[in-house]
Amino acid sequence: MKAAVIVFPGSNCDRDVQVALRQSMGSEPLMVWHKDSDFEKVDLIVLPGGFSYGDYLRCGAMAANSPVMKEVVARARKGVAVLGICNGFQVLTETGLLPGVLMRNADLRFVCRDVRVKVETSQSLFTAKYEQGQAIRIPVAHHDGNYFVDDDTLSAMEDRGQVALRYCDAAGEITAEANPNGSLRNIAGVYNETKTVLGLMPHPERLADPRMGGSDGRALFDGLVEALR
Amino acid sequence: MKARVHVTLKNGVLDPQGKAIEHALAALGFGGVNEVRQGKVIEFSLAESDPAKARAEVEAMCEKLLANTVIENYAIELNG
Repeated sequence: MKAAVIVFPGSNCDRDVQVALRQSMGSEPLMVWHKDSDFEKVDLIVLPGGFSYGDYLRCGAMAANSPVMKEVVARARKGVAVLGICNGFQVLTETGLLPGVLMRNADLRFVCRDVRVKVETSQSLFTAKYEQGQAIRIPVAHHDGNYFVDDDTLSAMEDRGQVALRYCDAAGEITAEANPNGSLRNIAGVYNETKTVLGLMPHPERLADPRMGGSDGRALFDGLVEALR
Repeated sequence: MKARVHVTLKNGVLDPQGKAIEHALAALGFGGVNEVRQGKVIEFSLAESDPAKARAEVEAMCEKLLANTVIENYAIELNG
């Protein structure tokens, strides 16, 4: 399996993702600079967290129009798996590959702590190594993670099972208290219609090694490697 | 030609920043202030001098970059 990590000016989780992928793949992912629209064929493209282009105008808006993203969008439309983490999720919504938008957190504060998210289904490239309904511990670190989408799109997404992850408490209950940013229906991550693109606000790469204090994020990368081998 | 684009949140989209401004105004003693909504203004000059063409060009800019039409409306002002 081959993977690429896209590096924008202002990305700051690219090397964490590189380490997590290396650990799960046993080989080096390709690091692709935002100006490189021509890179070798890969099975997985990861858009890492950070503050691409300084989050100017709107989070992810500038990155969504960068040369490399035209290529990423074209490959995603052909079915190549794409994972967007945090700022990467914001970029994916700005390109239109994923529905909705990430707005300023409801309490206006930057939230940086471990949260629990419930895995809605294990029937995806990204979640095959998790149990359906499993509550996993993953950190969030964002100012704009408040997921919003119009009612019609939301109900269509729910019908198609496009909600990937929801913020929950330690017991796996979806509660208002467990929602760190005001997201509609506690949404922490969403798929595209074919479940080949996933965007999520939590950072699985930050808890993918017991030495970092937890490894609940590792199964996401392990699952991808197994599915795309 | 000068263009000014106003980007505002659509009705029904919660605006936590607008709410915070509203509360701050109340705390400063400005009573009777309601429905505060925060937006942004983007100004630029255009080489295009034909108003209809300029408007079409700015509309395309709004759709592609300046506004996220999932949550935002835009209004275009042209001068000169």
